[in-house]
Amino acid sequence: MARRVAIIGTGQTHHRSQRRDVNGREMIHEAVQRALADCELTMRDIDAVVIGNMDHFEAINSVDTWSVEGSGGVMKPIMKVTTGGTTGTSVAIAAYYHVASGMFDKVLAIGWEKNSESDTTGAIVTCSDPIWDRYSYSGAIPSLATEASAYMEKYGATQRDAARVALRERTHAQNNPYAHMHGRPLTLDEILDSPMLAYPIKLGDICPRTDGAAAVVFAAEDVAEKLAPRPAWIKATAVRHTYSWFGDVDQRTGLESLERAAREAYAAAGIKNPAEDFDVAELYLPYSYAGLKWIESLGFCGPGQGPQFIWDGHTDMGGKIPVNPSGGVMSTNCIGATALLRVAEAAIQVMGKGGARQVPDVKTALATGFGGCWWSDVVILGKEKPA
Amino acid sequence: MSDWRDEVEALTLKGQIKMPYTWSVGETGSRFLVALRDEQKILANRCPLCGTVYVPPRKNCGTCFADIGTDDWLEVGPEGVVTAFTIIHQAHPLQPLATPFAYAIIQLDGADVGFVHILKDGWDRLKNGVRVRAKFGIERNGRILDIDGFEILT
Repeated sequence: MARRVAIIGTGQTHHRSQRRDVNGREMIHEAVQRALADCELTMRDIDAVVIGNMDHFEAINSVDTWSVEGSGGVMKPIMKVTTGGTTGTSVAIAAYYHVASGMFDKVLAIGWEKNSESDTTGAIVTCSDPIWDRYSYSGAIPSLATEASAYMEKYGATQRDAARVALRERTHAQNNPYAHMHGRPLTLDEILDSPMLAYPIKLGDICPRTDGAAAVVFAAEDVAEKLAPRPAWIKATAVRHTYSWFGDVDQRTGLESLERAAREAYAAAGIKNPAEDFDVAELYLPYSYAGLKWIESLGFCGPGQGPQFIWDGHTDMGGKIPVNPSGGVMSTNCIGATALLRVAEAAIQVMGKGGARQVPDVKTALATGFGGCWWSDVVILGKEKPA
Repeated sequence: MSDWRDEVEALTLKGQIKMPYTWSVGETGSRFLVALRDEQKILANRCPLCGTVYVPPRKNCGTCFADIGTDDWLEVGPEGVVTAFTIIHQAHPLQPLATPFAYAIIQLDGADVGFVHILKDGWDRLKNGVRVRAKFGIERNGRILDIDGFEILT
């Protein structure tokens, strides 16, 4: 039987397009120090470390070894986990498994990326099969753009609907001092007037490239309550990977991996009506159209109802289920940290530490990860200790 | 008192890794690429359990985890229907063509999964549901781009 586990501390860098003042190891160190300070621990208290990024963005392999003086992993059990876009939720879920297994009491999860160090498209195409997909269908934006065009065709959604999602993310980011896009608001017209990258995705519809790191401390049930006044309990996690070939994923349906992961996690956490049962959601939405379609896959509303749900303001601060009070992926995207930031921000909401981005009285929070070729992770956090 | 960090020049160092690779296609994929190259035919194969017709063909079905036999092969296309697409406006040296061009997911006639490929022109007529036809290149060397692209028929 797995032990109950809670998040007791989080830390993140002030995310920027380029952090020339620090190298990768030093940037990791900033996030770790902030996470330890948040739960008043020192590195000596940490029993194991799980760390991840996407190697090809910096072309340095084995972050588990070369970053140890920054991560705190010197002479400790440390494991690297890397799964593309979901790396951040993978390190979180792996850290959770470490503690739930009973083998470690306090485990540090770290995600980071220095996106400024390479060409994002050049690095990301190495995720595609070199024989079948890389030269006839490649890059992060085109695959998302085909999904968007299929969704628009099926439900009549418009570029303006997507821009409303982008507006929400950018507006929320103004409340988050850590967000890459903090201090850089945009209007709906500015988003709609931004240059077309890959139809229907414009510059204003897509996530930025960010330098940043995040760290989260997981603790076993008997120590979590002693260490944190209000720990964020893990209620459920689920992982679903679907890709074999890009053409196998039918873009005319919902995001199947997310639907299946959500179904399993909701059942484990007793979530029956997600839009009512969750108080806040930190969703891995790498582009605006995901904010229309994927909330349907998560069951916030029915198929094709995403645009109306967004325009009605249900996902804004003060709405029925505020989505991405942090500003989300479209406001900060240090890729290996991106999904861990979703978990960290959901934990921050449960712990009541959100400052200007805090949603009042959060009892249950949803975090998701999205990666590579249409796969999904779901993490559900709660204020109440699970039964 | 001055802080040296306000004065220091924060350096970045440039580097480039250019690494040649030799990727194994495998017998199953090779049969498909050889047929593209030598016969201008698009081959597929069928899972003996679930019946899904895969193009390009697979050695085993990812869903059923069943081996696909040597007799389960058939020809699909060369026509099909666009199910999703994007028109690329942002140029990148790794892309197969200068912009604009389109990537599309094409449901080839007789296949059950989509086939990802490119369209070089016809933007004004490109939408989901249009019928397209594979156009083979004149010089073919056993690559997915031996199909030069798909042309819109209607």
